[in-house]
Amino acid sequence: MAGRYEENNNVQNPSALQAEAMGPDYAGGIHGMEAEDIAAQIGESETWLDQIKTMVRQNKLAAFSALVILVIILAAIFAPLVAPYDHLEQSLTDRLTHPCAAHWLGTDELGRDVLSRIIFGARVSLTIGLVPTLISMVIGTVLGLCAGYYGGKVDFVIMRLADIMLAFPSLLLAMVVMYTMGGGLINIFIALSLVNWAGTARIVRSQTLSLKEIEFVEAARSIGVKKWTIMFRHILPNCLPSLIVLFTLNIPSAILSEASLSFLGIGAQPPSASWGLMVVRGKKYLFSEPWLSIAPSVAIMIVVMAFNFLGDGLRDVLDPYLKEQ
Amino acid sequence: MLSKVVKRIAISIPVLIGVVLLIFIMLRVVPGDPVATMMGEHVNPAMIEKISAELGLDQPLYVQFFKYVGNALRGDFGTSYRLNRNVTQIILESFPHTVKLSVLAALVAWIIGLVAGIVAAIRQNRLLDRLFMGCSLVGVSMPVFMTALVLQYVFAFKLQWFPISGFDSWQAMILPAIALGWNSAGSIARMTRSNLVEILQNDYIRTARAKGLREHGVIIGHALKNAMLPVVTMMALQISSMLSGAVLTESVFGVPGIGRLSVNAIETRDMPLLQGTVIFTTIIIILGNLIADLLYNVLDPRIREGA
Repeated sequence: MAGRYEENNNVQNPSALQAEAMGPDYAGGIHGMEAEDIAAQIGESETWLDQIKTMVRQNKLAAFSALVILVIILAAIFAPLVAPYDHLEQSLTDRLTHPCAAHWLGTDELGRDVLSRIIFGARVSLTIGLVPTLISMVIGTVLGLCAGYYGGKVDFVIMRLADIMLAFPSLLLAMVVMYTMGGGLINIFIALSLVNWAGTARIVRSQTLSLKEIEFVEAARSIGVKKWTIMFRHILPNCLPSLIVLFTLNIPSAILSEASLSFLGIGAQPPSASWGLMVVRGKKYLFSEPWLSIAPSVAIMIVVMAFNFLGDGLRDVLDPYLKEQ
Repeated sequence: MLSKVVKRIAISIPVLIGVVLLIFIMLRVVPGDPVATMMGEHVNPAMIEKISAELGLDQPLYVQFFKYVGNALRGDFGTSYRLNRNVTQIILESFPHTVKLSVLAALVAWIIGLVAGIVAAIRQNRLLDRLFMGCSLVGVSMPVFMTALVLQYVFAFKLQWFPISGFDSWQAMILPAIALGWNSAGSIARMTRSNLVEILQNDYIRTARAKGLREHGVIIGHALKNAMLPVVTMMALQISSMLSGAVLTESVFGVPGIGRLSVNAIETRDMPLLQGTVIFTTIIIILGNLIADLLYNVLDPRIREGA
């Protein structure tokens, strides 16, 4: 019952930013005129799934990006079937061949097919994009919910910690974690999971602050629903639209971080087919065989761009307020 | 106003302390003995103990921390393991290169970003607008190292207009600056455009046009002033992304800046040097954000008076 009611309440989902801009007293006013106006505009019965469908119809660029992402995901999953060669297969007679019919993007210094390595590399990039982002967002969401709902000291401690995390450029912080734990993909997972939670925590916190003042939470509290149940069953579902947008927009930055770390030689280690690693390995041959580093760079760019377009499109339909950020 | 400034500065202090503490702890949970790692495998334990004592690594962590903060406040970030020199000195030698690079990159970003953004807003939904905004989207999504490599290949190798690497002449500085500024140029262009487009719809713009003001007078005299507010803050906030992007740009072009210093520190497992560079860079960023905040207060009378 409560779930359905809240789903309809999505449109009243107040913005983190707006609530913050209007000061702490604003939360109480959220439920007034403004939310109802918006609800009337969007249509009370529309859930976020409907809104995504609207986006697919209206925003062709975002829909196309979603398609590109789907193709890349499929290529990554079925890499052994799609790729013309194995990504580790060396052929020392075919070293550094130019792009040709047999090797569309040429071969690298060990005679490995560049196209196949890029296709297999999609596995690395997508996993890095999805898994640490998910972990860091789960951490951020839980901390944000706690900070927003409990307030007081809990809020103070969590948010000051978030301030500290946000003061670092994430690449620099990830570099420090990589120093501590050494290179390798697993350690990048850990580094990126630990580094990027603060932004999510901030947004979830301010949404929780406004949501906990709304009647349905009050109602749940007054009939004695437990705090954690209120937080996860009643407040969290209303944060979902923003979280989906945030997730989509955090993926490309995780992918870029991995690529950058690997490019600096402190990320993925050979013979991994990480795109960033391919770029830095190809850099030695930049002036004779530029495709060795340019091709994986373009792959990174396409994936990052696709996620950015999709994220922008989702934000426009799901969480217009987030845009102001 | 003054109390607000003081308050804002006061908020930054615990963050600063937290940053130092976090880096300090993270670098000290490294598995294995730092001295043993530094000296290699076959060194006798007595030697390791002696050096640990010399470096103060045998003391409890909190003693080490307070000592470090105390020294850092006096501008002493310790001694590099590998180079056996004062870290502050090493940082001060390479920091000017990074500052030069970042300032030039910021100039590139502001000039390209503002011009592209303004032109796109004026020619809204026409060819130039589409072209510039398309470019800016590509620019935002391009990894910094990709921009750097493409520029290096095309302009330094193929056309030979600029030297391939180094940072000792003004020609050598141009490509790194463009590579680093490119991303920011994209975001500044997008923001300038969207702000300007919004402001151009206001009544006072129509009034300005109605009283016969020329179009460039309307844009420069009336619209731009108001559209610039958030952009100015954003430009100050770009310091953070510039400094982390500098790590990559410096490594492609061989600029002897602070970014390359920190990468070298990781490669050579030089803990005090890494600690110094990261803390130093973060302090600069926190100061940058502080200035951005204060600047916004000064520039925007609504916030200034609402204080």
